Amino acid sequence: MFAPPGEAWQPVSKALVTLRRAVLLFWVAVFGLAALVAGLLLVWWLAAVGLAVALVVLIWGLWLIPRNWRAWGYAERDDDLLVKHGVLFRKLSVVPYGRMQFVDVNSGPLERRVGIATVQLHTASPATDARIPGLPPDEAARLRDRLAALGEARAAGL
Amino acid sequence: MNGEEQPGEAQPGLERPETDRPETDRPDADRQGMGLRGAADRTPAHFRRLHPVTPLLRGWAWLAAAIVFGGQNAVVSGDPRRFAVIIPVVAVLGFGFGFASWWFTRYGFDGDDLRIDSGVFQRRSRRVRMDRLQAVDIVRPLAGRLLGVSELRMEVAGGGESEAPLAYLSVDDAVRLRAELLARSAGIAADTPEAPERQVHEVQLDRLIGSTVLSGAFMFGVAVFVAIAVVVATGSGQIVIAGMSGFIPGLFAVGAALWYQLGRNFGFTLAESPDGFRIRKGLLDTRSQTVPPGRIQGVALRQPLLWRVKDWVKVDVDVAGYAGSSSSPQTSTLLPVATYHEAISVLRQVLPGADPASVPLERVPRRAAWLRPIGWFRLAYGADDRVIVAREGVFYRSLMIVPHAKTQSVRLTQGPIQRRLKLASVAVDTTPGPVDAVIRHRPELQARDILEAQARRARLARRVDVPERWMVAPGGDEEVGNGDPPAAIADGRGDSVPPRFEEQDSPGHGDSG
Repeated sequence: MFAPPGEAWQPVSKALVTLRRAVLLFWVAVFGLAALVAGLLLVWWLAAVGLAVALVVLIWGLWLIPRNWRAWGYAERDDDLLVKHGVLFRKLSVVPYGRMQFVDVNSGPLERRVGIATVQLHTASPATDARIPGLPPDEAARLRDRLAALGEARAAGL
Repeated sequence: MNGEEQPGEAQPGLERPETDRPETDRPDADRQGMGLRGAADRTPAHFRRLHPVTPLLRGWAWLAAAIVFGGQNAVVSGDPRRFAVIIPVVAVLGFGFGFASWWFTRYGFDGDDLRIDSGVFQRRSRRVRMDRLQAVDIVRPLAGRLLGVSELRMEVAGGGESEAPLAYLSVDDAVRLRAELLARSAGIAADTPEAPERQVHEVQLDRLIGSTVLSGAFMFGVAVFVAIAVVVATGSGQIVIAGMSGFIPGLFAVGAALWYQLGRNFGFTLAESPDGFRIRKGLLDTRSQTVPPGRIQGVALRQPLLWRVKDWVKVDVDVAGYAGSSSSPQTSTLLPVATYHEAISVLRQVLPGADPASVPLERVPRRAAWLRPIGWFRLAYGADDRVIVAREGVFYRSLMIVPHAKTQSVRLTQGPIQRRLKLASVAVDTTPGPVDAVIRHRPELQARDILEAQARRARLARRVDVPERWMVAPGGDEEVGNGDPPAAIADGRGDSVPPRFEEQDSPGHGDSG
């Protein structure tokens, strides 16, 4: 239902998975180390419990990240942009180009490292949920320019 | 201009001939209709200053605070000398700064925009684009009323608190400036006098008092009083003291309820004129609001439990720009209390061509009871060619109405339990405000259809929506006859008020859809 056939759904870059895995690994490692230190200094079972939790989170995260990545998608239609995401809580947004107020392109240091950027579309409603992470910079720039051009062409007041 | 990090400029309708505003070099600064402009250029000579009592009115609060704290300090320490020195110093400094700030604040029309230059050390120059004007309010605080001055507030979308208040102006100046702002905003000659108006609704004092008494906060206060009275009458010693201390919160609850509903909405009138809706209200501080046509982004009808006895409702509206200010709950009121029947007839005028009461509503399937055991049978939605309507609530009933043309975006969401039940919700996003239109727990396929249909309806409706310069026809410079109500109202669909809050909707369990 969230990805009806007939739309030209575009996936986001696989680099998003790499990035999220790296971030997950980093935090699991930090947590695991902390548990280990706590186990050595206090009682041994603290380390065991901590490492077990870290392992569960790691496995769960590694399983979830690609699924979450697959759930992301966007489609440019004639008059509106579709964005879908989420596995457990699924979301599909329809944002008419004419309603767009401005477009943001963001790319943090980690994102730049793996070569992706986030495009976010803003309307006059803060509830609008049109954020597309994990776009290659060229695609992000293209999308931004296209959205800006379409927004102007189909401009409407508030 | 678009660097990688820069927001792509996509403000609809922002483009204008360069000759209009030659120094413009940063279009993204005024994406919401306000712009800071290089303060280098000098304030034009024809610009005016605010009313000379401004420093006095602004300064007195500081002085009062200084007196209170200084006085407290003097009483505690028993040494009044410091107090005697500090107060004059604070007064002189405060009024000195106030005077400087007043001296350097000037406003006037520069081209087609209103420009306000202010700031003593750090100069600030702000432009308000007239076609982006969402509302104009004249606020008169009690002190201002005594001195014959008022504050003019211009609301634009995306503006936060105090975006462009002109405080204070003489009453005549404020009224004249408002007329000019509205005329320019409408796209007609700037010296057009203020349009005539026709009163649409007036809230009688007895009804306002009745609605206050029937409010939850007031009832809570009364309940606390009764409980305390019982405790005091039957208990003894410490219990009585403890009970007495409970008086204060009770008093606050009652006071707040009284003030909120009664003081702010005292003498509430709603009038209609070619330059929009005019609202006047207030007991001590008065407020006179003007919302031009096509600026209402959504409407919320709400009915607290006890109001059902009298069939009263209150009506709040989304107006872009009102949401940013802290007084939003106050400014967003279209009708503080009215019967359902009156509210609907006002809505027919506020949303031209729409008749929210005659939109057939469709309920959710029974399985939605898993997610909403009590209220599932109240959940319903409906749409006609103008508006989409979402109903909700058993004890506190609400009816959200969003014109298709004002739909900002549409979202389909589904949580894990909803997926089990093959249900999904559709949210219709509007500008920030009291309207929160979510069509909950529809059958999956129907939700998907609502999403698509709403996107399509919104697209079609925008083409024929009221233009931003509402006196100018979209295509050219023709003035459109704005005063006449649209045909749908004129030919009166009868004054019978069918589906409404009550249960006359079709019990369609839309699994088929």
